[in-house]
Amino acid sequence: MFPSRFDYKSPTSLEEAISLLSAHEDAKVLAGGQSLIPMMKLRFAAPAMLVDINNIPGLDQHGAQSDGSYRIGALVRHADLEKSKTLGDHQPTIAAAAPLVADPIVRTRGTFVGSVCHADPQGDWASCMVALDGSIVAQGPNGRRTIAVDEFVAGPFQTVLAADEIAVEAIIPPASGTRKGGYLKLERRVGDFATAGVALSLEMSGSTVAKAGIGLTGVGSATISATEAAAALVGSSLDDATVDAAAEAAAAATSPRSDHRGSADYKRHIVATFVRRLLAQHQPAEAKVA
Amino acid sequence: MALDEIKIGGLGASRKRVEDNRFIRGKGNYVDDVVLPGMLHMEILRSPLAHARIKSIDVSGAWAIPGVRLVLTGEMMAARNLAWMPTLSYDTQAVLATDKVRFQGQEVACVIADDPYVAKDGCEAIVVDYEPLPPIVNPTQAMAPDAPLIRDDKVNQVDNKVFDWEVGDKEGTDRAFAEADVVSEIDMHYPRSHPSPIEACGSIADFDRSTSKLTVYMTTQAPHIIRAAVSLVAEIPEHMIRIIAPDLGGGFGNKVPVYPGYVASILASILTERPVKWIEDKSGNLISTGFGRDVYLKGQVAMRNDGKILGVRMHTESDHGAFFSDAQPSKFKIGLMHSAFACYDIPNAHLTATGVYTNKAPGGVAYRCSFRVTEAMYFQERMIQAAADDLGMDQAEFRRVNLVRDDDFPHRTPFGFLTDSGQYEKCLDIGLEAIGYADFKQEQEEARKRGRLLGIGISTMTEPLGAGNSREYDILGIKMFDSAELRVHMTGKAILRTGAKTQGQGHETTWAQIVAHELGIPADDIVVEEGDTDTAPFGMGTYASRSTPVAGAAVAMVSRKIRAKARKIAAHLLEVSEEDVEWELGRFYVRGAQDRGVSIQECAMAAYSNVPDGMEPGLENNAYYDPPNLTWPFACYIAKVEVDPETGVWDVLKMVAVDDCGVRINPMIVEGQIMGGLTEAYAMANMQFITFDEDGNCIGSNYMDYLLPTAWETPGFELHEVVTPCPHHPIGAKGIGECATVGGPAAFVNAVMDALKHTGVRNIDMPLLPDRVYGALTTGSDISGMPPVKTEA
Repeated sequence: MFPSRFDYKSPTSLEEAISLLSAHEDAKVLAGGQSLIPMMKLRFAAPAMLVDINNIPGLDQHGAQSDGSYRIGALVRHADLEKSKTLGDHQPTIAAAAPLVADPIVRTRGTFVGSVCHADPQGDWASCMVALDGSIVAQGPNGRRTIAVDEFVAGPFQTVLAADEIAVEAIIPPASGTRKGGYLKLERRVGDFATAGVALSLEMSGSTVAKAGIGLTGVGSATISATEAAAALVGSSLDDATVDAAAEAAAAATSPRSDHRGSADYKRHIVATFVRRLLAQHQPAEAKVA
Repeated sequence: MALDEIKIGGLGASRKRVEDNRFIRGKGNYVDDVVLPGMLHMEILRSPLAHARIKSIDVSGAWAIPGVRLVLTGEMMAARNLAWMPTLSYDTQAVLATDKVRFQGQEVACVIADDPYVAKDGCEAIVVDYEPLPPIVNPTQAMAPDAPLIRDDKVNQVDNKVFDWEVGDKEGTDRAFAEADVVSEIDMHYPRSHPSPIEACGSIADFDRSTSKLTVYMTTQAPHIIRAAVSLVAEIPEHMIRIIAPDLGGGFGNKVPVYPGYVASILASILTERPVKWIEDKSGNLISTGFGRDVYLKGQVAMRNDGKILGVRMHTESDHGAFFSDAQPSKFKIGLMHSAFACYDIPNAHLTATGVYTNKAPGGVAYRCSFRVTEAMYFQERMIQAAADDLGMDQAEFRRVNLVRDDDFPHRTPFGFLTDSGQYEKCLDIGLEAIGYADFKQEQEEARKRGRLLGIGISTMTEPLGAGNSREYDILGIKMFDSAELRVHMTGKAILRTGAKTQGQGHETTWAQIVAHELGIPADDIVVEEGDTDTAPFGMGTYASRSTPVAGAAVAMVSRKIRAKARKIAAHLLEVSEEDVEWELGRFYVRGAQDRGVSIQECAMAAYSNVPDGMEPGLENNAYYDPPNLTWPFACYIAKVEVDPETGVWDVLKMVAVDDCGVRINPMIVEGQIMGGLTEAYAMANMQFITFDEDGNCIGSNYMDYLLPTAWETPGFELHEVVTPCPHHPIGAKGIGECATVGGPAAFVNAVMDALKHTGVRNIDMPLLPDRVYGALTTGSDISGMPPVKTEA
């Protein structure tokens, strides 16, 4: 496992990092490196230069903002989120997913924003971002822009980031009610890519769903936003019929492939099952089947 | 006063592993830690295709890279008669491909360079023009009449068959089936798995032109066999070859065969006159080196209505990949598959076996088992469960009816082995009690009413461990005995060397305990060395759980030779005749006067300073031990599982292991062996397989696809013991290293099948992935795991 030759730079400011990216063709940003380094060692990726952003201060913070949004900096590790004592109060979907991302070793090093930038359809964070209507803030030579996650991810392993832009943080918008949510993932073993995963976000007004988002992991060539399934929930009190309709709509939104993790039909079934299980946690007591 | 055996680290002491002192400090010395002056680095270019003709290889791009010192191709190997090498099963294997590539990952060229990065760059710069040929990925395809011939290099090879073989009594078995009240049939596949030691394979070849001596540091479980093989393949005199196996990061059977990388690194050192290091990466290890299993079974059991088994039939079809390079005793084409049903009293059995070539990696190593015993015991215990179910008899009771009884030893097994000892029913009873079997049926029924699926699976088996004896067991004609050499220094400290090679088993700890038991020298005063063919006595190495049964016995025997000489010295020191000298642990004394004695240490000093007239000085000896029989440990594994009917995911609620491996030298190490084995068993049952798609692409070439279980998902194990000493082993020990890997998988699978019994499903092939279990639950049909896996774009 020996990568091709590459240059390595370790800037200490975003401006310096961006100018390195502008000046060098085929340079790649190194944050946690948990996908990039293995790909380089397998020689699936052979960037001419790595711009290591780990020495840039100020990117390792996450937290709720005064406007109700939640920001996650580019160097926030999965483990930072997993160990956070306050994250769950603000972002139950992310808190539920954090312990399920990869394995404990990867989580200590890998980053939330890096995972979204990697744009792997198997990535857990992109599904959460889709469910939560999140955005990525990109900084380039001409300043910052905010890109909604469904625009940000252009396809499998592709984003709309320009070659001289760095994703500096992720933003989850404020909730229009009480935020609920969760994440379920079927994996053959801890650290395995998901056979299927479901991220759910609910914004509740009393017992009524004011807004909903469902992101699906590993069941298509890109992260899937199950918009019809989410729309089916809005305005409901999560009665059984609505839950079933959402589960079926989510399964219908997938385009999984059969592989050694399971058949396409099985993965669709798991998506429906997980949507039901996630929603069951938020059904009012009287709606639950005994 | 005799010494306290536990205090001196003798038999039965759970002594901490002395090797761990260096391992936990990061001070182990593995092949990749060895750095020699002027050393070059080798990387292997592997075939991306499973079956293709090589039209041309252009290596000019590699030669053009600064730092590249040598490029090896099949053509260059052929010019030196090294393009092909013999395998351990009397076949041939390509070192570097010349005519065709026959599996994905096959070695095509090697680049030797100043550092491994440049060597890898060199591999990327080689251009190979392949003409694709249709690939074959399972025995059905291999034996189809119009199948392409994989081994067209072999004269007289007209099809893809490797062998037909049979054992047992066909006529007697036919009669038993004719007389049977009930015949149970079941077909299954034991999927291809990989031993997957954490350290992959590697070598450093160092040929010194000035002395003509070849030194090779190598990841090998059997250094002396390798020395013989290298001597034969490379035509270097055996005394000019030194194989050094330093610390090994696991072996599990993977490091028994000779691999092309070893041979290529040796030739590269001879040509460059510099040391050449080859360290395989994990993907290379997973796609090209010796795998385990990949056997299909058609099984039949003939029974009376009262549960008595009258006969069994087994037909196996085994997939050996492109070259038949199984590491196994020469006499037995499908290893010790015919050890199946050894723990049951069955009068008739017949086994037929067919081996085939496919476009998959070669091998068929015994992944933590004694030559295909894992398959034998898995098939046995799955057949037993299906038979019990078909008969409508309780699975525990069915076993009880058929297990060999304690007073029936020695017992001739259905295929002719001789077992010698055991308390099978006692082990079963302990296991049933521990799992709560008496109340389970009711618990299962009540759970099912509430939509929960519970199951219990039992696996009982005795397996043949400790190859040989030498009458029946040889590899390439080399007889399977083993050896030990013990030198006691004048201060009573000692060095012990054996022909085995530890790779995690803890020989440095346990061998010293055997010496302590025999001589009363504290285990801490004995250093153990293995793995260097210039210093260790000849031996067949460590695999097949043979170290304690064979080399361990040699350790006891050489200790007894030392004690016999020390007794003469003691008589001399005590000024009495030898007949009047008595032994207790650590000292000799005068019969009738126990306070008049000399310690073993005093005898050692006298051996170098005050020997009786006519005696050779010194206190050292060696022993070669040829066991009279295999050892036959017994195990009863019972798993209780719950299957989630909505997802097919199953969890182990409890796992009980009852092992009888005879006398335990170091109980802690034995328990570690069992837990490690059960973990591997769980992995194979639950998640682990190397399979292939229709193009022959290996699905499982990395650790994201080939899964090793972590502490997170591995269930807890509850261990119990029964001790029935081995009647022929000097200290009563039996093999243990592989029991749990061998017997464990069937317990898990039987448990899941028990949970699904009401659906009519009789078999799901391993691994029992959630989608397979869910598929069986919803369709009521058996699930076959035969490759290719279905993959859609």
